[in-house]
Amino acid sequence: MSYEATFRVWRGDAEGGELTDFQVEVNDGEVVLDVVHRIQATQAPDLAVRWNCKAGKCGSCSAEINGRPRLMCMTRMSTLPPGETVTITPMRTFPVLRDLVTDVGFNYQKAREIPAFIPPQGVKPGEYRMQQEDVNRSQEFRKCIECFLCQDTCHVVRDHEENKPAFAGPRFLMRMAELDMHPLDAAGDQGLDRKATAQEEHGLGYCNITKCCTEVCPEGIKITDNALIPLKERAVDRKYDPLVWLGSKISRRR
Amino acid sequence: MTTETRPPEAADSTGRGVHSPGRAAIAQRHLRLDRWWLPQVMTAAGLLLFIGYSTWRAFFGLHTSYAAPYVSPFYSPCLAANCPKMDGGADWALFGGWWSLSPALIVLIFPLGFRLTCYYYRKAYYRSFWSSPPACAVAEPHAKYSGETRFPLILQNIHRYFFYVAIPVAGILTWDAILGFRDPQGHWGHMGLGTLVLLVNVSLIWAYTASCHSCRHIVGGRLRHFSKHPVRYRMWTWVSKLNARHMQLAWASLFSVGLADLYVYLLASGAFSDPRFF
Repeated sequence: MSYEATFRVWRGDAEGGELTDFQVEVNDGEVVLDVVHRIQATQAPDLAVRWNCKAGKCGSCSAEINGRPRLMCMTRMSTLPPGETVTITPMRTFPVLRDLVTDVGFNYQKAREIPAFIPPQGVKPGEYRMQQEDVNRSQEFRKCIECFLCQDTCHVVRDHEENKPAFAGPRFLMRMAELDMHPLDAAGDQGLDRKATAQEEHGLGYCNITKCCTEVCPEGIKITDNALIPLKERAVDRKYDPLVWLGSKISRRR
Repeated sequence: MTTETRPPEAADSTGRGVHSPGRAAIAQRHLRLDRWWLPQVMTAAGLLLFIGYSTWRAFFGLHTSYAAPYVSPFYSPCLAANCPKMDGGADWALFGGWWSLSPALIVLIFPLGFRLTCYYYRKAYYRSFWSSPPACAVAEPHAKYSGETRFPLILQNIHRYFFYVAIPVAGILTWDAILGFRDPQGHWGHMGLGTLVLLVNVSLIWAYTASCHSCRHIVGGRLRHFSKHPVRYRMWTWVSKLNARHMQLAWASLFSVGLADLYVYLLASGAFSDPRFF
């Protein structure tokens, strides 16, 4: 079955833009990205939209649909209010390049600022051995497709451009949690305290755990409960809890 | 085909947040169509209801805080000398006779601190009372934001100390519930509706306390090698299951503690008699 829908798509660039209305055909089973492609094919061939896999695995087609950060390829038309105009805008946290395409370079900059996994001394690639229960937590975070919807929705940078230099954002704080929980990461042996850098260099304290990152994650990663709060607790261990600090000095097991 | 919804230059009227230079020029603070404000209004209403009730009871409820064999959870343990005589209860008068205010104020500071610094309640009141943010992808009204990096909000990091105190408090409330298996004359082997009320309340308080994120971290979350600590790993998995229900347990225990107090108040004020099961 087909019907006509009204789509309101933001068109413009860094100099300015506007919401533009399109009357477009929608068919059963389609997702928002299908309709955007139809607009591109029939009415606005110069409409800029970033996409790739159409399967929710590449993280390219992030946008805001009716004001909510979502993947266009994973938003079924049948889940949107019938008969109402569908508004699509680019992610509003990042500089816009054109139409629905934004410059997400902020995220790559933040990724570069995080020291990578440091393998233990004397263990070569291919010789890593870990117990499954030791890597379960990290594996949840490895599901991240880097769509940057969590970065987009996080009010710390969305509503405060001036915080961008100081705050890595939920995706990269999760990366730090992943590395700090990694059973083989030897950052501590190299004098790198990931908990300290998370708090002092990457703005962990800016996060006020309001869970928007978790709400928008298309992979269903419990970013707040399983990464950000545990990382905050680890920072507390190190900085605010003398009992844990003393225990860690006495005990050799970690 | 084209509808101009606003002049392009209007988008940068505030020049900050979603209207920062370079971002898509959209005049509206948000484009959400759903009732995003409803959870915040309901949260604020629920919290204000409890704050209002508990303030009234904490300041003016001393003489209706005990209806043998039940004691209100707001007044246990009682650490001042002006408490009603609680047969077998936590009536310790550690503060002596100089404390003339309600003894509930001495004790309630600890559960209050525990909930105030709780990771769930932080989310709840940051959103509903401080609009930081009002809802996801809805622009907040504040010009500056430093989160929990500075005083006073950096004090949220002491949550685990309130967790440590919450354990003996829950233990005392458990003992209060056990004392409920007596009749008003102090004979064991009886049970009334009040016993059930206190048991449900203390069960929810234990579940809320055990589901705390700090508890989850302390029992095992801080480890890097679960395989070297199988007992703590098992405990961590149990706490993690509870932790997934932390929000529900926070609300359930908040209302249960209020209802347990209300039940004792109604008994003590003679509104009705406690239905006895045996």
